[in-house]
Amino acid sequence: MAKPKVAVYWSAACGGCDVKVLDTNEKILDIAAAVDLLFWPIALDFKYKDVEEMADREIDLCIINGGIRNSEQEHIVKLLRRKSKVVAALGACAISGGIPALANLYDAQSILDYVYHKTTSIDNFQGPLPQPEYDAPEGRLTIPKFYDSVFALDQMIDVQYYIPGCPPPPSLIVKALTAFLQGTLPPPPATVAGEGSVCDECPRERNREAKVKKWKRIAQFTPPADTKKCLLDEGFFCLGPATQAGCEALCIKANIPCEGCMGKPQGVTDRGSKMLSYIASLTDASTEEEAKKILNDVVDQAGLLYRFDLPKSLIGGRRKE
Amino acid sequence: MASGKAIDNVYRVTPPSAAKKLRELNYCAHIVHSHIAHFYALAAPDFVVGPTASSKERNILGVIQKVGTEAGLKVINARAAAQRVQQILGGRATHPVSNIPGGVSRRPTKEEADEIKKISKDSVAFAEWSLQLFDTVVLKNKSYVETILSDTYTIETKYMGLVDEKNRLNFYDGVVRVVDEKGKEIVKFAPSDYLSHIAEHTEPWTYIKFPYLKKYGWKGLTLGEDSGIYRAAPLARFNVSDSLATPKAQEHFIRFFETLGGKPVHNTLANHWARLIELLYAAERMVELSNDNEILSDNIRTIPTETPREGVGVVEAPRGTLFHHYKTDTNGIVTDVNLIVATLNNNAAICLSVKKAAQALVHKGKVSEEILNQVEMAFRAYDPCYACSSHSLPGRTPLIINIRNSNGEIIETLTR
Ligand code: SF4
Ligand code: SF4
Repeated sequence: MAKPKVAVYWSAACGGCDVKVLDTNEKILDIAAAVDLLFWPIALDFKYKDVEEMADREIDLCIINGGIRNSEQEHIVKLLRRKSKVVAALGACAISGGIPALANLYDAQSILDYVYHKTTSIDNFQGPLPQPEYDAPEGRLTIPKFYDSVFALDQMIDVQYYIPGCPPPPSLIVKALTAFLQGTLPPPPATVAGEGSVCDECPRERNREAKVKKWKRIAQFTPPADTKKCLLDEGFFCLGPATQAGCEALCIKANIPCEGCMGKPQGVTDRGSKMLSYIASLTDASTEEEAKKILNDVVDQAGLLYRFDLPKSLIGGRRKE
Repeated sequence: MASGKAIDNVYRVTPPSAAKKLRELNYCAHIVHSHIAHFYALAAPDFVVGPTASSKERNILGVIQKVGTEAGLKVINARAAAQRVQQILGGRATHPVSNIPGGVSRRPTKEEADEIKKISKDSVAFAEWSLQLFDTVVLKNKSYVETILSDTYTIETKYMGLVDEKNRLNFYDGVVRVVDEKGKEIVKFAPSDYLSHIAEHTEPWTYIKFPYLKKYGWKGLTLGEDSGIYRAAPLARFNVSDSLATPKAQEHFIRFFETLGGKPVHNTLANHWARLIELLYAAERMVELSNDNEILSDNIRTIPTETPREGVGVVEAPRGTLFHHYKTDTNGIVTDVNLIVATLNNNAAICLSVKKAAQALVHKGKVSEEILNQVEMAFRAYDPCYACSSHSLPGRTPLIINIRNSNGEIIETLTR
């Protein structure tokens, strides 16, 4: 039997997801032996031409990490979609925009203006902005068009599987690939993750009676090293209860509250609203006034609640272009 | 790591010495992981499999085929072990979370510290094995050495890197030293003073900025005494350092300059050799730090008490000097940010290296895939994943060569 054909692509990403593919360590050799790896920009020499020449649906599984931020990325993921039977989104950026999508609070013009005219080390505050097409003496130079927003992959193309995390745990990548090879992937669309929320994997125990008088930030307080104490109960903004399991509570084991990189748990529509209702019920206030005062300590709510999924949130579903 | 140091300064707080040691240990493990990945996955294919081999084999899987599965596993395990150290100390190996203003959030347990000790020792052995491999495959091969020394892959620039008080390379901390084309010190400056020394030029045809030394100004993409163009990353770090702080790496440091004709070395491909010597240095430094009992101290944090304001943090990232600069409101929420990331420092130099290689390798308009790869080698010596330094470009090596006749008409276009 012919080996299944696999491609890996990155778009608006930092490279961390690709590092996690490498972090499957020795298993990567088994995977590489079991599949025909057609295309993987970070590790294999490739040409876009090779993809263009493939037959439609020739790739059995295409794994894409990164969101869509410019015209080239849109072009390539649409091309790959056409050439692939199954597409899997790897990591928070592909699934829901990720950190780069926090820039969706601004539009392209103001971002370009900031980066090329306002940053402190720029030598010419009125210099030219990058142009998608530029007529240089040597000829026309083209670069991709920078979009107004970052899009999650499934806002551009159909996606069948999701492997969450920023970056995704290598164990989930192995789990997904093994299921793919054995033909045991669940019917799509499906997410390959753990069961329940991060709290279910966390060594710390939530105390249902706990009340918080003051919300604390790690900048000015040290979270307890005693791994029995729930960080949320202690007044640290931990997104554990509103985050899908699968990472084995890595950050919390390092005494840092969960920032929610595994995405919202199954069945939750808007994780920010869910988290806010937790926070409100934990806050120890007798009047609305008092509650407001206590909640004032929770600064940068958009960044805290939607750090990885602004394009998919109720507040940030803005679509342009 | 640079952002961690920048926020220390935003909150005007100094971490206790145990926290600094834990951070440097973590960071050295990061260098070990990154240098292994860069060398074996991205540079070795050109040397071990060969610069003119078919693109189907010229990759990490081809390298493993050539050196054997056992050696391949050794590489995989050495990188995995460095990732393990980063996970212990950083919480996550990629996107670590343990750096907080004024220190770190967790110290290792005794068992974890012992595990790190062992991994550090193994990393030194692995680095020595890698240098041995480089010696056999590259340095003992006359034609490779000629390639490294050839004019095709050589440009003369200024250099920048972080050094300690004895002008020795340090990845985690120090002052920024800049030397000229002759290796003479131009300036040494504190990270917080970077705006007095570096500015950035922009061009309409690229998203990537061009940092240059303010003292000389931007003169366009040209080299020479008056040019403000400088380079960062392994070769630059060697050129700005008087020595390396660990004994085994120092021996290789001396041999490096002896073999390549003295300081400074301008041969771009020598970056790969310097990278492996740095791998050894980082591993030796891991041994030193992991044997320091202070890393088991509970005193790992100074809690900030001042109102946050503004701060700069600088480290040597695997691919060059990395600057983070934040201004915040009184809540510590960032209002202004400026980053000059590792490879960005090399932007102008990369353009010039690629141009030089293309001019030397392309004759009479004849270009093959092999030649194109050899041109790309000038690029890969700096950074294989260029998008990460531009923040906006897609992740590919967008090399397009237009071959023109003497009238300037395009006779052939080659792309990858
Ligand atoms: S809220 Fe955070 S610390 Fe508490 S149990 Fe859940 S994941 Fe653990
Ligand atoms: S603890 Fe939270 S932020 Fe950390 S890896 Fe898990 S889901 Fe991501």
